[in-house]
Amino acid sequence: MTLLAPTGPGQPPPAPPAARSGSRRLLPYLLVLPGVAWLLVFFGVPLGQLAAASLYDPSGSLSTGYAMTWAVGNYADVLQAYWPQFLRSFGYAALALLLALLLGYPLAYAIAQKAGRWKNLLLVCVVAPMFTSFLVRTLAWKTILSDNGVLVGLLRDVHLLAPDGRLLATPFAVVLGLTYTFLPFLVLPLYASLERLDRRLLEAASDLYASPVRAFRRVTLPLSMPGLVAGALLFFIPASGDYINAELLGTPNEYMVGNVVDSAFLVRLDYPQGAALSVLLMVAILAMVFGWLRGAGTEAVR
Amino acid sequence: MRTPLRPLSRRGLLSGTLGSAALLALGGSLAGCGTKGAQQTEAGCVSEDRSESERKLVFSNWPQYLDVDEKDESKRPSLDEFIRKTGIAVTYTEDINDNNEFFGKVQHQLAACQSTDRDIIVLSDWMSARMIRLGWVQKLDPAKIPNVRANLLSSLLDRSFDTENRLSIPWQSGLAGLAYNGNVTRELRTVDELLTRPDLKGRVTALSEMRDTMGLLLGAAGHDPANFTSAQFDDALTTLRRAVDSGQIRRFTGNDYAPDLAKGDIAACIGWSGDVVQLAGADEKIRFVAPDSGVMLYSDNMMVPNKATHKANVEQLINYYYEPAVAARLAAYVNYICPVKGAQAEMEKIDPELAANPLIFPDEALLSKSTMFMALDEKQEKEYEGKFQQVIGA
Repeated sequence: MTLLAPTGPGQPPPAPPAARSGSRRLLPYLLVLPGVAWLLVFFGVPLGQLAAASLYDPSGSLSTGYAMTWAVGNYADVLQAYWPQFLRSFGYAALALLLALLLGYPLAYAIAQKAGRWKNLLLVCVVAPMFTSFLVRTLAWKTILSDNGVLVGLLRDVHLLAPDGRLLATPFAVVLGLTYTFLPFLVLPLYASLERLDRRLLEAASDLYASPVRAFRRVTLPLSMPGLVAGALLFFIPASGDYINAELLGTPNEYMVGNVVDSAFLVRLDYPQGAALSVLLMVAILAMVFGWLRGAGTEAVR
Repeated sequence: MRTPLRPLSRRGLLSGTLGSAALLALGGSLAGCGTKGAQQTEAGCVSEDRSESERKLVFSNWPQYLDVDEKDESKRPSLDEFIRKTGIAVTYTEDINDNNEFFGKVQHQLAACQSTDRDIIVLSDWMSARMIRLGWVQKLDPAKIPNVRANLLSSLLDRSFDTENRLSIPWQSGLAGLAYNGNVTRELRTVDELLTRPDLKGRVTALSEMRDTMGLLLGAAGHDPANFTSAQFDDALTTLRRAVDSGQIRRFTGNDYAPDLAKGDIAACIGWSGDVVQLAGADEKIRFVAPDSGVMLYSDNMMVPNKATHKANVEQLINYYYEPAVAARLAAYVNYICPVKGAQAEMEKIDPELAANPLIFPDEALLSKSTMFMALDEKQEKEYEGKFQQVIGA
């Protein structure tokens, strides 16, 4: 610490002044105060209100107001009515994550280890789509996948798609959209941990007669675990709550839980149901994340 | 070097849990006693009118819902003339894109009887009905808007949610019916064809506005959209569910079906007349169809929200737009159904072709096929909207 005065050998260090030590002990708390206050006001309180709203009397309405009746039944009601959308959300997000891993891992590896002087350019390319709005990009996918577009025409010509087949408005389009939208969130943390990978470890592995596959499994993969887990979380959490992709690229049969929350709050004005759905989604994701972290080892996240 | 994470101690777990619980309780206690009703009464929420001293007003409308100059899009001829004539400065904003979304934007102010900083807002029939039911709009003075009584189309007079025509005055009207793209499919005549014809499978969209889609389906099932029972609604809804489950209906849309229909991604849909007239202007094979089982007539209505302070100025503006010559000018640009009698004669002078278009000036045959959806109370609205939303996937 800079406050320590240089002390000669053998001398006992001078005791710090009492008043200073008090304020110094307070300092860390003062430093976190703005952050905590911010979280409390803009996250803690709304979250509490959301949780409270999920227990309002479901027979209330906008004009008469809602009474607090601790209506736990709201949760059972929404689960019963919307379990398919819940399952679908997590299913699609998991599928998209799998696809993103297949695409993103080699990409991150190539940028981190093989790109040489192109590294920065490639990184910019990964981030560049984020410079435009997420909505505009999803609408662009609508044009690309369009029934009368070039892509579908080509796939029909090579008989990968039936003559009346389509890409838009299918589960495929939604998963593809999710994969595309959240891919950078997976690639960047992965890149960060692969970039630090010490090449000498791989050389050592091959010196010890490990095949490339084995070296990858025993050296590269474990060392990239922190980035992999962080990236997967950053990908999975927003992907399972997303509703824009399902709305624009899917049909009612592809709607996810985000679409239901949207309609509960904005269209049906059923606030208790909307709140119960949101809380359920949050709890489900939290539970999954904790399970995952335990499985992967908390250590891996750092 | 990596320090291993300290295993979670019992104490840490306990304090963490207690901390989050306290946080939740804090937020919960703020909302714990529920919410107050949003209903307002005329006596409880009094608005002041400062029109005498402040010659201005703020007008919120939908995009492309007012005529603009062909050469200079920043000029709005009909509105500029109003400003010149009356000296009332108008701030015109196109900030309404969706009824529900706009409702979400203003509901908290209006529920608390606060100003929304807008003097006119334009919302569709059913949302107007909700605003009126909640007591959120001001009553207009019929003596100051004589043109409305004189020129409003008779089919739009005395609607169930505003029997005295004092709360919501139609800005433009339109029809919800069927539309198809003749480049990619053959002619379409009925709702049943739309929902069952095999060649349309997966190439059909319907509107996410419950009243438009269900109104057409109720009509097609032989029920009266203006007066139906819960069982009849369920009957029509079953037909819709079947079409969704079979994959016939691809999506439920707002205005965004229009580009898809133009591209041919969708071959046929339930859509709005104004959109289709605009598309047909670019490609005449895109057609609007009024099935014999009925079309839905709707309006977007001007309303003065509570606490708006320029009601008398607004009344001048409403009266101005109900002059047939002004209405014709507006209709020539927006291509929706013009709610003003006498505008058709004025339109002859501007564009005879548009004057003959039944989708702008509907003839008796078309008007007799058109109905308005039954006015719903809050409980019915929640019930029907809930059932409908479940079928359309959300």
